[in-house]
Amino acid sequence: MGSILFFLSVLAIIATWWLSRQGLASKPWLEQGDAGVLPELSPQPVDPATIGLRVFLAVVGSFFALFISAYTMRMQLPDWRTLPLPPILWLNTTMLVLSSIALHGAKVAVQRGERTELKVSLIAAGISALAFLSGQLVAWQQLTSEGYGLTANPANDFFYVLTGAHGLHLLGGLVALARTTEKAWRVPTTERLRLPVELCATYWHFLLLLWLLLLSIWVGWAGELIDLCRQLLA
Amino acid sequence: MVDVPLGSTGAVAAPDVEDVELYHPHSWVTKYVFSQDAKIIAIQYAFVALSVGLVALVLSWLMRLQLGFPGVFSFIDANAYYQFITMHGMMMVVYVLTALFLGGFGNYLIPLMIGARDMVFPYVNMLSFWIYFLAVLILVASFFVPGGPTGAGWTLYPPQAITTGTPGGQEWGIILMLVSLMVFIIGFTMGGLNYVVTVLQSRARGMTLMRMPLTVWGIFTASFMALLAFPALFVGAVMMLFDRVLGTSFFMPAMVEMGQPLDRNGGSPLLFQHLFWFFGHPEVYIVALPAFGIVSDLISTHARRNIFGYRMMVWALLAIGALSFIVWAHHMYVSGMNPYFGFFFATTTLIIAIPTAIKVYNWILTLWRGDIHLTAPMLFALAFIVTFVNGGLTGLFLGNVVVDVPLSDTMFVVAHFHMVMGVAPILVIFGAIYHWYPKVTGRMLNDALGKLHFWVTFLGAYAIFFPMHYLGLMGIPRRYHDIADMAFVPPSAHTLNAFITIVALIVGAAQLAFVFNLFWSLRYGKESGGNPWRATTLEWQTPETPPPHGNWGKHVPVVYRWAYDYSVPGADEDFLPQNQSGPTRAAPGAGHG
Repeated sequence: MGSILFFLSVLAIIATWWLSRQGLASKPWLEQGDAGVLPELSPQPVDPATIGLRVFLAVVGSFFALFISAYTMRMQLPDWRTLPLPPILWLNTTMLVLSSIALHGAKVAVQRGERTELKVSLIAAGISALAFLSGQLVAWQQLTSEGYGLTANPANDFFYVLTGAHGLHLLGGLVALARTTEKAWRVPTTERLRLPVELCATYWHFLLLLWLLLLSIWVGWAGELIDLCRQLLA
Repeated sequence: MVDVPLGSTGAVAAPDVEDVELYHPHSWVTKYVFSQDAKIIAIQYAFVALSVGLVALVLSWLMRLQLGFPGVFSFIDANAYYQFITMHGMMMVVYVLTALFLGGFGNYLIPLMIGARDMVFPYVNMLSFWIYFLAVLILVASFFVPGGPTGAGWTLYPPQAITTGTPGGQEWGIILMLVSLMVFIIGFTMGGLNYVVTVLQSRARGMTLMRMPLTVWGIFTASFMALLAFPALFVGAVMMLFDRVLGTSFFMPAMVEMGQPLDRNGGSPLLFQHLFWFFGHPEVYIVALPAFGIVSDLISTHARRNIFGYRMMVWALLAIGALSFIVWAHHMYVSGMNPYFGFFFATTTLIIAIPTAIKVYNWILTLWRGDIHLTAPMLFALAFIVTFVNGGLTGLFLGNVVVDVPLSDTMFVVAHFHMVMGVAPILVIFGAIYHWYPKVTGRMLNDALGKLHFWVTFLGAYAIFFPMHYLGLMGIPRRYHDIADMAFVPPSAHTLNAFITIVALIVGAAQLAFVFNLFWSLRYGKESGGNPWRATTLEWQTPETPPPHGNWGKHVPVVYRWAYDYSVPGADEDFLPQNQSGPTRAAPGAGHG
């Protein structure tokens, strides 16, 4: 359960930092509003949707951290046979990176108010994300035809379930992206597009990060890094 | 802090909020069925959860009939008994308690208590309820499929949960249970995002975090915990569903079933236990923290006393929330894990008693020299404190490995968790309903009927669960369909079991008085006015009762003080609403806690 505890400690640090700025040590029974002093809420209100997405990403992060915990615990049992990674995963990774870059471009474009660039970037992001998903399906097909089916070994189980879960999250993101893209054609000003584009970009970067993390676990980099840290600590 | 220009009355001009189209319903369906008003959604949640609770109550009756009078009721065979146990446990923990506290009270109270017009994502909030309702339908559907519901026990431990011999293991029961849980978690996540973000973003002007009522603190902390803990159950459910439907080996070890080796190998049943309890232990506090918060408010209001140690109460809530994530393996002392782990988890478990004890002392010190009104809500709140202390103390016993190992799997454990997480939170739910019913309906619940309900429930719960501790110490195992032929069981144990069953039937029947009261008072209850308990918090200060969609009419309130200004020296009334400016207190710190 190391990875989920690590993830939750990071969240706890963020939460503590945030709470420490909320006056938790104040003595509300001594505050008197009629003295003409009224606590102001946060000076720059952030849109609720942005906060909502951040909290949602914490939930998704906890979901995958738990899966990775389960993975590392199951991995230690003797029947585990590591799975050969299909080379197409590297192409898929490139596609997902491109998709994320395109959405970053869309974010910059919407901030500058450039409509054409925005539309192009949104379409590019959508297409490369779809390419990533189809690539993942090809990877599944290759593995199955080579005899690495779902039930053959727990390593395979985890590969299919984790790629599947990641893909479903991206698919959900694509629904939001499609709605944003449709809005880009319909809404006359870019001002109202700013928030949805920013939210899509944040979500995409998160899913890219998550994918790189999963990939590093499968390739074995994560394990080597943890070993290195252990040696340094010892 | 900023200086605010004052009007002639010393009050700050309320911010104007534009009229929102959403707050004007267009048809009966959008007002009462597919409503986006958090208050209607709250009532929907509460109604469905209480209905599920009645089903679970009947299931507990059936179990008790078998235990009290084994063999008399032929339709309760071993399979049916296990199905009743499983469904009773899962329904009560997830579909009743979690849904009622967070979906019911969370939806009703968060926006009103922090001075918001509604939740921040009303549409998602509506979806949250309907997905919860779908989860309930899927769960109830398992009673009507071939093989019936799953009888794996509410913890659903593999491999027995998905093998032949367990009711529903190779039929539909376990599949529907897992799917229902997954749907529930998706629905809850939608609701939970709303509760958390609304508290973060929609508080009225002047409502700092440290001016929030403890009810909101409790629900807020619990929602955040639930958002992070429920994924563990989701992950476990996905993996078990794969094991059951697609034949993977996440949890399924190599095993022989009915003389035949199964086509599985190497899976780890312990892995499921870790995932399950990583959700399961925070779940205890997901239910308890809102109860803590609500009880604090009930006690303060009905004792006309400011809550003692408000800061400590908030810090203790947060500490309990954080600690509850590192105690999960105390449910697994007998699973054969490393003894050093047992030592670690016993230590963390006992440490949680410190912030919890702080809360109990603060409740008692709030009551000290208070002007205590023994209303129905207050009786339930006081009963909660006693019951929670009782259940908490046996928790200290069970938290120690050496004590837990012999007591594990006896009725002692059943008695412990029913006291601490069954009876105690249910008492708070009743207290809260008696307290806030006037705001929801504009009428009081009948007081005489309420007190009858209270005494039968309170004394009855003790008559049921106190003897159960004794049975457990005697070594009577839990989860047994029939203990009749065991040599160590004295005849007195059977008499005690029959006694418990009769009391359980009476206490269950007494709940009908409560249900009757809910409906009768809707029409014939005494009119309550806007603030019958003379309480300070914002939900009692709405211009209309029951509040319409949008809650506040033209102006949202401005908050000038904390939530507990009761019996302030020098004030005209014995309570000062949070949105009232002035008068200046006689001596600074006079009412401190």
